[in-house]
Amino acid sequence: MSTTTLQSATKRAAEALDVAGLRRQFPILGRAARDRPLVYLDNAATSQKPQAVIDALLRFYTEDCSNIHRGAHLLGQRASEAYDAARVRVQRFLGAGSDSEIIFVRGTTEAINLVAQAFGTRHLEPGQEIIISTLEHHANIVPWQMLCQRRGTRLRIVPVDETGQLVMDAYERLLGPRTGLVAVTHASNALGTVTPLREIIALAHRQGVPVLVDGAQAVPHRRVDVSQLDCDFYAFSGHKVFGPTGIGVLYAKRRWLEAMPPYQGGGGMISSVRFQGTTYADPPHKFEAGTPHIAGAIALGAAIDFLDQYSGRAIEEYEQQLLEYATQSLASVPGLRIIGTAPDKVPILSFVLQGIHPHDVGTILDRYGIATRTGHHCAQPLMERFGVPATTRASLAMYNTHHEIDALIDALHKVNEVFR
Amino acid sequence: MTTDLRDLYQQVILDHQRSPRNFHGLPDADRVSTGYNPLCGDRVTVYVRFEGQRLAEASFQGTGCAICMASASMMTEQIQGRPVDEVEDLFHRFQDLVTAGDLLSADLGRLGKLAVFAGVRQFPMRVKCATLPWHTLRAAVCDQRAEVSTE
Repeated sequence: MSTTTLQSATKRAAEALDVAGLRRQFPILGRAARDRPLVYLDNAATSQKPQAVIDALLRFYTEDCSNIHRGAHLLGQRASEAYDAARVRVQRFLGAGSDSEIIFVRGTTEAINLVAQAFGTRHLEPGQEIIISTLEHHANIVPWQMLCQRRGTRLRIVPVDETGQLVMDAYERLLGPRTGLVAVTHASNALGTVTPLREIIALAHRQGVPVLVDGAQAVPHRRVDVSQLDCDFYAFSGHKVFGPTGIGVLYAKRRWLEAMPPYQGGGGMISSVRFQGTTYADPPHKFEAGTPHIAGAIALGAAIDFLDQYSGRAIEEYEQQLLEYATQSLASVPGLRIIGTAPDKVPILSFVLQGIHPHDVGTILDRYGIATRTGHHCAQPLMERFGVPATTRASLAMYNTHHEIDALIDALHKVNEVFR
Repeated sequence: MTTDLRDLYQQVILDHQRSPRNFHGLPDADRVSTGYNPLCGDRVTVYVRFEGQRLAEASFQGTGCAICMASASMMTEQIQGRPVDEVEDLFHRFQDLVTAGDLLSADLGRLGKLAVFAGVRQFPMRVKCATLPWHTLRAAVCDQRAEVSTE
């Protein structure tokens, strides 16, 4: 498709989603960076926050601030109700069967560590294998390496092909009687690749192997239904889906939550404590020791409410148009190579410029008000697979526009000018 | 191009990035040290050979951004043949030059060609790129065998 045709298709999809109205709800998008309009293309690192989320945080601290599930007073009641309601909100958002299957954690990293600790210690034996993939973020590598050191389990790695997609034949060969768990990303933070989750899960379940999904990069772009996916664990971070930092979610099937020992000990996770012994509370409380990020959970609920105002299909269609437009526009920059060309991607574009280090690219883009990320994106094994020490990454959200892609392209030409 | 970008990416720096000097290993090196910046993946190995209290020869290998590579290249040029204590002095002056410290204390005159790195001070996120080779050199001179990391 020609750039002009693509541009008008992108415009139509933007109108269907009302991107202009959507942008107005994010106060930071109206601000300047380095005396130019901010072009925020670092959404895979963290998304910006709509006014509704900022208001929810402010409202909690100005009107309802209290600890939960303990105070015999009005504020305690209001805070507890709002916190519990946020859990139900997340349950519906993910399509989980029960709100007791939703554990609030700090983020995806803590969710995976929780499973590595609690599931790994109880359900994995020395010599068993954990299958992960080359696409994984360090957060879905290191907790398993630590578990392997503790428990004597082994890591097996599903390779990726030239496009950045998993090699499914290799995955099938890795699955076997020794496999104890599969832990795989839904969408790659470095390349954008969306993995064939249904197939991955079905193949694992055929062998009786549970599957954990790192959903951090998928949830902002795709509507996820954990019941349909039939995954055993699903983790995501609030801050990547327009919510606050410091709050995230672990979904786990009820039977695992009942079978797993607690992750941390403390207040809130017990049923009774005696020096002779302690009995634990039922899930989800069993896995939420200590005062949680109450305001964060409530504001995450507000972020989901915000997201639900828009049709999931309209978001996906617009983002896919934008991705296609950006992919085609980047191809016009001399010396530019996109890393990660799988047919199914979330709108993430990782690229290298011939002879120019990504760190230099990032610095120059920043001087033109364009926020990108440069580096290994916490996915060093994946960078190694593609033979690059680092890339520049433009990661888009539903509020980005084709004008912003044009600004990126213009600035990339400036980068080439500096180094030619 | 904006003025601060022109200050950062001076022609001298771009020239050293394109054709780095002393860019090789040193078979008869007395000391070798490797520095790494985990944030951006810059990796520099510095080789030094002494003659008494003098740094007779220095070279480097590695991969990294333009600032890091040019800094390593110009550093090896500047320190060849200097007494070890002068190298230490230069290390501190270079730190002063690229950080927000007092520019006077860096004494631009004594830094010679290295003064082109003054533009880095307008880019706080790039300071570590410029100083990584120097930290690595210092580790080699002081014989700290462990890998140097900026973090």
